Order: sequence, then structure tokens, then C-alpha cells
Amino acid sequence: MDLRFTPEEAAFREEVRAFIRDHLPREIRERMRLGHPPRKQDTIAWMRILNERGWAAYSWPTEWGGPGWTPIQRMIFLEENLSAPAPELLSFNITMLGPVLIQFGTEAQKKHFLPRAANLDDWWCQGFSEPGAGSDLASLRTAAVRDGDHYVVNGQKIWTSTAHNADWCFCLVRTNPQAAKRQDGISFLLIDLRTPGIEVRPIISIDGSHHLNEVFFTDVRVPVGNLVGEENKGWSVAKYLLGNERTGIARLGKSKERVRFAKEVAKEVRMNGRPLIEDKAFRQRVAQIEVEMKALEITQLRVVSAYAKAGGNRPDPLSSVLKIKGTELLQASSELVMDVGGPQAMPVWQQELAALANEPAIGPDWAPQMAPNYLMLRAASIYGGTNEIQKNILNKAVLGL
Amino acid sequence: MDFDLTDDQRLLTDSVARLLSDSYSFEQRKALLKTEQGWSETLWQKYAELGLTGLPIAEEHGGFGGGAVDVMLLMQAFGRHLVLEPYLATVVLGGTALRLAGDAAQQGEILPEVAAGSLRLAFAHYERQARYDITDVLTTAKPQGGGFLLEGAKSVVLHGATADKLVVSARTGGSRAEAEGLSLFLVDADAPGLARRGYRLRDGTEAAELSLSAVQVPREALLGLQDAALPVIQRVVEAGIAATAAEVIGAMETMHAMTLDYLKTRVQFGKPIGENQALQHRAAEMLVAMEQGRSMAMLATMSLEEEDAAERARHISMAKVGVGQAGRFVSQQAVQLHGGIGMTEEYAVGHFFRRVMVIEHLFGDTATHLDRLAEQVA
Repeated sequence: MDLRFTPEEAAFREEVRAFIRDHLPREIRERMRLGHPPRKQDTIAWMRILNERGWAAYSWPTEWGGPGWTPIQRMIFLEENLSAPAPELLSFNITMLGPVLIQFGTEAQKKHFLPRAANLDDWWCQGFSEPGAGSDLASLRTAAVRDGDHYVVNGQKIWTSTAHNADWCFCLVRTNPQAAKRQDGISFLLIDLRTPGIEVRPIISIDGSHHLNEVFFTDVRVPVGNLVGEENKGWSVAKYLLGNERTGIARLGKSKERVRFAKEVAKEVRMNGRPLIEDKAFRQRVAQIEVEMKALEITQLRVVSAYAKAGGNRPDPLSSVLKIKGTELLQASSELVMDVGGPQAMPVWQQELAALANEPAIGPDWAPQMAPNYLMLRAASIYGGTNEIQKNILNKAVLGL
Repeated sequence: MDFDLTDDQRLLTDSVARLLSDSYSFEQRKALLKTEQGWSETLWQKYAELGLTGLPIAEEHGGFGGGAVDVMLLMQAFGRHLVLEPYLATVVLGGTALRLAGDAAQQGEILPEVAAGSLRLAFAHYERQARYDITDVLTTAKPQGGGFLLEGAKSVVLHGATADKLVVSARTGGSRAEAEGLSLFLVDADAPGLARRGYRLRDGTEAAELSLSAVQVPREALLGLQDAALPVIQRVVEAGIAATAAEVIGAMETMHAMTLDYLKTRVQFGKPIGENQALQHRAAEMLVAMEQGRSMAMLATMSLEEEDAAERARHISMAKVGVGQAGRFVSQQAVQLHGGIGMTEEYAVGHFFRRVMVIEHLFGDTATHLDRLAEQVA
């Protein structure tokens, strides 16, 4: 038993770090360091830089353009990318659609969609949740009825992240409403969002941003060639997608980067006449988060090692531990850095706009973005299977209650 | 990175698990607690026969030449059964002091006996006024007649009343709470002037108050460097933290398993109480805490061989905090989910609860170590 990285793994980390340092556009890094989410063009630009290096499809087999990394290398890559900080790879393309097509897609689907997904020529989004189907996904109702060479899709999806940026949507639709088991009447369809009959409406989140959408389908004609896997077998495709490798689920690099940033800016603000970083309560709060991050780092290594050992084909139920603790730490670190900002974190303020009008800043340039980040990260324990659902999974898979 | 066990380690855990499942049922343990000594001489000899008492001791001294991971696995197994024998005091604390500071003669004389199970040690360092402050030592050792004269008192010395030899810290220089001036001495249990008042801790394990009044020891009793024992004391404490962290993992495993079993079998309102989602989620939260704690116990063990003392201390403190918090949460929830039966002396879960409670208050509690980490935040 040995917790240290091998010299090869350490060298790999250096290689990744150096590449990101040398190739991540300065402007993108600076915006992200100040807490801004990446813009659409930032994510596309960075994904293409990574794709040129052969790293964008980081978890795919070499046959389909992946780098052929071990699970540990993937974990290192993701951590370095997050802590740079660089835009995250579009998970819809890389960790969701890609592996699904590789496992279930036809040759034609793979050849057409995989290279485009890796290069972000197509921006994908996920059409799973519906107004009546959240945690209880199998109760979804969006219907797809066969009509010649097409399915005709009618229904509504909701909480569709980035649908307004997207070109395509992979959707779960009901193809057999009569199936005895709800799960048995569902299919997995690829839908071109430019098809007539699709309307994307924004949902503004509590942070003021437009990230989520509703997507309405009215008599949308989808070629049967866009079915992935067999008709009515879409539930197993979805289960594969959701249970697929979850190396990155803890997003530990992000929490680490935020805590580092909080300590840095805590030198600039004051508490009781001294720099906040010298305040005992603040230091204990940081120490507590750092302890939990360390524990999660090792738990993640255990999960990744076990995954590698199992030949990479069995999701570890302990991934749910990573999801629960990882999102708790994302939230804790976002709260920490917001609290450092204090009252100057509260204004709705866009420094770029203010600069155009020659208005002076209200506070430090990083502060205004800290409240929206905190607000947005409340979603972390909701998406990807709420943390309560993760506990249900642990109960079923590990505890047997 | 590698989380696999070697064949030897698998063999070790298997044979220890077999021995303990035969000889350490809750009833058998309760019977041991009722004896005057509070633990089993016979089992101690079995540990010796299995090579456990010599596990981390070098082969040249009759040991097994094992490493920190081996000790971790053993302590985890001990934790699952709440083993009462003085392994921590003798092999981990005393043994580490000897291995790090003993000269060839001292090691050659003592370690083979420890490995053979014929000699027990105790680590007499903490004093009543010191609480968890490792440098707060008032006991003095003054040069006298070619040797030293020890004067002072030690508090809550684990297995202090039954040890054959004690590793005693004392000031040969410096003043209270100074890092310099500390030395370690080997003191025989029957040394004139040494008085031992034994008692039980809340978990049933044995400890003692020591008073040393004009205890004369020869020059050869000095263990390691005069005036510069602090790094050794530090490492002995770190070894104790890593070992008890593993013990807590074992204890949490048993408590969690007992709790799951109870949730599946206890029927109220016509169904097993484990069908209530509130309780299912609590059990899942216990699992999350236990796994995070397990990671930290591994960190503590792996860090023991880290050469950078500051980095080592930081990781050990992180582990002490992580395991302390996990242990407290899991054991409190284990009692809570058992309800009334969890409160009874007749039921095992409360015994695990008390062991975890005692361990949290050894070698610096959670708040102490969190404070140390907070001081280093930068």
C-alpha cells in the first residue's frame, strides 16, 4: 500500500500543468480566477486547444481519438484543468455522449458524431428531466411515435443546461407507453435542435444567470437513424451514461482552487483591524475544509484505483461518496470565498460594463462574482442525482436497507 | 499509488481475524474486563506466537520486520473486537521509542523480549498540567552519582500499572514548555521511589498515575540524546495517532455493521425501522463518514515514514481531526439508531462508543489538532 504518486504519474502531472500554463489563453484564465463562469466561446476555444493536443476526449479509447490514459491519469488531468483554473470540458460531449456512442452507437453514428463532439463542432445538451420526472426519471412522458423513417416527438424537457448554446440534444423519450414496466418503454434519441417544432425558453437561476432552459417539442421529426441502441432499451443506455466513470465527479480541483483563492484574498480584507487571514476563526474554518478535502482526495484515489483494477467496467458505489462530499466541499469553498468578500460581494455589478462608463469599482475586482458563484453552486447537490438520491443509491448498493 | 495488500499482509489479517473471532466475542471480552488485570495474559502469548508483538520489530531483534501498514491492519482488526491487551502501549509507543532512540545495547536487551511477549512497556510522557501540550514537562532528571535522579509525576499513562519497563520523559534542561531540554529514560517498574496508581479508563482499558520521587537511574537508562528527545517524543505520539486511527476504523466498521443489522431486524409500526428513509440516510451518512475516516487513517499510516517533519506533523494532525470527527459522528449515530438498547452496558455498541471516545482524547484531541492546522494556514 502506497499513497504516493509514481514518478511517471508525477511527471504526467507536470506535463499537463505545463501544457495548460503555456496554452490556456491569459484572458480566459484571468476571468476564471476572478470567479466568472466560462463564456461559450471560452469553452469552445479551450476544448479545441485540448483536442489539437489529443486530450479533449480524455476518457475515450485511442480508437476513437482518446489519449488512452489510465483512470489515475484522467483524474490528474481533470484536477490540473480545474485548478488552473481553465474551463471545464463540456461533460455532455465528453463524459456522457461519447462513452454512450462508443458502447451503443452504430458505426455511422460513431464516425459522424464522435470527432465533432471532441472538437466541440457540436455542442450537446442532455434532455432527461421533465416537469414531472426529476429524481424519478422513469416517469418521463415526452413521446416519440414512429412514423415511417421518423419518430415524431412531442413533450417537454426542463432544467436543460446550456440548451441555448447547444446544437444537439440527447433525449430520453417514451416509445412504448403500454410497457408493463415504465423503464421498458423508453428510448435514447439524438435530436438536432435546429429541427422545426423545437422551442428553447430560458430559465433564469437565482444567481441571475441563464444556464437552464425548458425545451418544448411539438411534432418534431427525428430520423430513426438517430436512435441509439435498441428501441425501448433506452433506460439501460441512460443507466450506463449515469453510472459511467465518475472520476471527475468530486471536482476536487475546483474546491482546492477556490480555497487557495480565498486565502489569497483574505490577506486583502480586514477583520477586527487585522488582515482576515490572521483571524483565528477564519483559519479554523479553512483548516476544517482542508482536512475534508484531503480525506476526499484519498477517497477519490481509492475509488479510481479500484476502478482501474476492475478493468474500468464497473462503477463503484462509493462514487456516491465522492458526489456527496465533493459537492459539499464545492459549496463550502464557495461560501468561504463569498464571506471573505463580505458586503462587497453583495452588489450586482459588472465591472466590464462599469469600466466602459468610467465608473469606479465598488470593491475588489473579484468580489462581485462571489455571491453568484455561491448561489449557482447550491445546484451542485441537486444535479447529477441529488445528494439524497446518492444516499438512496448507497443504501441499495452497499447497505442493503 | 497502490492500495493493494501484499500476500503476507493478507495472511496476517486472515490469521488475526480467525484468532479474534474465536477468542474475542463480546461475552469473552466482558469476562476479561471483570478480571483484576482486565486483559488476557494467555492471549498476549498467542499474539507473541503469531509474531504480532514483534510485528514492527526488526528481524535481528526477533521481530517480523513489518512496516506501518502491517501495524495499521493489525490495529484495525483489534478495533473491530475492542482488544484490551497492551499492544498500543508496549509495541507501538514503547517499541517506537526504543526503535528510534535506543542504542544497540538497549535495543538488543529489550526489543527481543517485547517480540517474545515477555516484556511490556509503557510510555510515560504526558503530565497533568500539560493537557495535550507535548513540551509541557515538569518532571526533572538531575545528574547524580553518574546517573540521574528523577522527580515528578505522569498522568493517564496507558497500561502504566502493569508495564515491566517505562519510557519516562523528564527535563534535563530548559524550563516548562520549552522544546529543548527534554530527555527520555528507561525506568524499571520496581525502581525505588516509583509509585503507580492504576485505574480503568471509561473504555475499560488500564492506565495509571505515576509519581517519581528520587528515582535513581543509571547513565545507561538514558534513551537517545540528552536534552534533545522532543523529535523522538513527537514521532512516538505520531505512531500512537496512526495506530489508534486504524483502531477507530475497525471500531466504526463494527458499529456500522451492528447498526445496519439492527435497522434490518428491529420492527416498529409493523415494519423494520430501516425502511424509514430518515434512518437509511443516516446510515448512508455514517458510511460516508467512515470512508472519509478510513482515507485519513491511511494518510496517517503512510505519513509516518515521511521525512519532512513539518509535512508529517501536518498530515498526522489532519488525520487526527478527520478520524476524530468521523469516529464521533459514527459512534453517536450508532447509539442513536439503536435507541434504548444502545444505552445499555449489556450491549456492545456502547463499548465501542467509549473506546472511540477515549481514543479521541489521547495524543491531542480534535480541537487541539485543528488549532495546530489553523495556525499553519497560509
